Amino acid sequence: MDPVLLARIQFAVTIGFHYIFPPITIGMTALISIFLGLHLKTDDKLYEKIAQFWISIFVVIFSVGVATGIVMEFQFGTNWEKYSRFVGDIFGAPLAAEGIFAFFLESTFLGVLVFGKERVSKRTYFISSLMVMIGSTLSAFWIIAANSWQQTPAGYAIVNGRAELTDFFAAIFNASTIPRFTHAVVGGWVAGGFFIAGLSAYFLYKKQHIIFAKKSIKIALIFTLVTSILQIELGHIHAVQVTHTQPEKMATFEALYETTTHAPMVIMGIPNVEEQTVDYEISIPSLLSIMIDFDPNFEVKGLNEFKKEDLPPMMIPFFSYRVMVGLGFYFMMIALIGVILSWKDKIAETRWFLWLLIVTIPLPIIANEMGWIAAEVGRQPWVVYHELRTADAISTVVSAGEILFSLILFSALYIVLFGLFVFLVSKKMKKGPEAAQGGY
Amino acid sequence: MDLNITWFILIGVLLVGYAILDGFDLGVAILQLFTNREEDKKAIHDAIAPFWDGNEVWLITGGGAVFAAFPHVYATVFSGFYLAIMLLLVGLIFRAISIEFRNQVDNDAWKTFWDKAFSFSSLVVALLLGVALGNIFIGIPLDGQMNYTGSFFTLLRPVPLFVGLTGVLMFCTQGAAYLLLKTDGPLYKSARGWVKKSWMLFIVFMILTTVVTAIVDVSKIGTLFSSTAGYLAIILLLAGIVLLPIFLKKEQNFRVFLSSSTIIASMFLIVGATIFPNMVPAQIPEYSLTIYNSSSSQLTLTVMLIFALIGMPIVIGYTTFVYRVFRK
Repeated sequence: MDPVLLARIQFAVTIGFHYIFPPITIGMTALISIFLGLHLKTDDKLYEKIAQFWISIFVVIFSVGVATGIVMEFQFGTNWEKYSRFVGDIFGAPLAAEGIFAFFLESTFLGVLVFGKERVSKRTYFISSLMVMIGSTLSAFWIIAANSWQQTPAGYAIVNGRAELTDFFAAIFNASTIPRFTHAVVGGWVAGGFFIAGLSAYFLYKKQHIIFAKKSIKIALIFTLVTSILQIELGHIHAVQVTHTQPEKMATFEALYETTTHAPMVIMGIPNVEEQTVDYEISIPSLLSIMIDFDPNFEVKGLNEFKKEDLPPMMIPFFSYRVMVGLGFYFMMIALIGVILSWKDKIAETRWFLWLLIVTIPLPIIANEMGWIAAEVGRQPWVVYHELRTADAISTVVSAGEILFSLILFSALYIVLFGLFVFLVSKKMKKGPEAAQGGY
Repeated sequence: MDLNITWFILIGVLLVGYAILDGFDLGVAILQLFTNREEDKKAIHDAIAPFWDGNEVWLITGGGAVFAAFPHVYATVFSGFYLAIMLLLVGLIFRAISIEFRNQVDNDAWKTFWDKAFSFSSLVVALLLGVALGNIFIGIPLDGQMNYTGSFFTLLRPVPLFVGLTGVLMFCTQGAAYLLLKTDGPLYKSARGWVKKSWMLFIVFMILTTVVTAIVDVSKIGTLFSSTAGYLAIILLLAGIVLLPIFLKKEQNFRVFLSSSTIIASMFLIVGATIFPNMVPAQIPEYSLTIYNSSSSQLTLTVMLIFALIGMPIVIGYTTFVYRVFRK
């Protein structure tokens, strides 16, 4: 088998599995901090109970995130040795910074959050939750800054066959860092918000822990509404940036072959690569040009502007991008209905909506995964945009057999981990908030 | 002192920090095998539960720092030691999960399973880290393109294996010393016994490692005694070995822990003094990865130094705060 393909599949499996968890924890820490802040302010014991219960579930998700995250850091070196040599001068620094400025903060104060409630003041306890939130958000910043440099490299020069840093701030704050960081973090907030809202809806659906669940779901839904509206705008900003900095990626998302003004926005359809058209196309004329520049005369570059060997594959980015965008609008609608129902105090009786919230739990995770797949597959065939091809980046000395072996090993391990994660979360749900104490 | 030397030392500091802190987590996990009572197993688990994750961040940061400061070392070692690294990762995953999941379900079989997973994954991690260090110490086969030419079994040569076993015993000493600070009653008594036994076995294996090294490549011993750092390392090692039982007898437990930590630091200093100015010595000397031919640009090393100078004091500050929160 082709070692490049195997290494790519392994990377996709490793990060695809890892990426289920950190976005939820980023969202959950924000909400846990809000609950603890409300407890500090109002001295209402209910908020404390709510925070404790979600912390106890947070721990399970966080552990799987940590356990699978360390594989990420090692994998650049194990599977992508030539990549590591090429980008090390730039790519390593944000990874180290993630350790120094984010992981230490996050993990050290998580110890206080889980085990230290009786040992510190209410105020210190609240601050510890903030530190965990800041730590997880900073971690997202550094890793996305590094990944964004692969998308839109800046602040470097090619010296002796590798990329060397010439301007640190230009490299870290490259064209796509801020649009992608904000988009990914808010994606985490939406995921964490729906996670807590969905599990609270489960209690209401089962008519258990009503007072607890009503309070919890209301705050989670308000949070989710605000963040999912914000996400639409952040997604837009990111799309505009992609059009300007990686035009072939946007052309792939929209299956646009000919450069044109009044470019349409394809709502749905199936790209036909042979004919260079979209079958069963439903699209809105001129909307793409208008969305990008508020001007129908804006010229959007088509795929035929580029050499064929420099283009990403069509189907995966096209569909994953659409699923993500569609889900984004769905989240906004659901959160809006939820907030209205919650406001009128009718949510506990609206059983169809509770059911809908429960089945919505995995959808933001899928949206995050789809966004990442669109971004990364849309960057192909480059591992560093216009500088290094993915095919030229793998390890010289690692054989296809070794990659296959470790791929099978880790896939099996991840299936077990996912099973344990589901088992433990359901167990905590069954026991309910009364049983939650610290991490257990 | 130039930036490359500075970073050679800083990577060493990060690895020592990791080995001292995660060393006691690994050590107590292995020692847990020697307990029978559930309350002792739980006490051992609880003694490290709030800290292990923060401790492991030293390894993650160390890995990131090697990538950033010496990318060729990161690329060569991680791709070359492929299967060993995969094994290490499986060990680290099991360890993380076993610590976090153990107390989640109130069932004896569940707890026993995760306790065993905790102990054996820690043993594998401790052994592999030592074996990796031993390989760096004795040198590995590299080609002119900085790539590893050995196999998985090349890693299991006598010197690295002995360094690995010595490392396991060193971590056991560290773990037992940590338990002196965190436990009382019968477990405390057991911990005193463990400190003594692992300390003695450590000395035996230290001597064996030295003998095996002298047989395989006597020049390593000569190199060690040709530098000030080498002498300092030997003095620290001897000081730690001699003082540890004295403090143990007086029940000055924190000093026992410091003595054990000193031994750990001295081990890294021995390796550092022997390989300098190489990062990874090759069997064919001109192919070695040195602190100059494997490093990042001066600008990156400068940026990273600024990160470390700002970041690490803050980290040490709040880590100290949290350890104080959880004092016995």
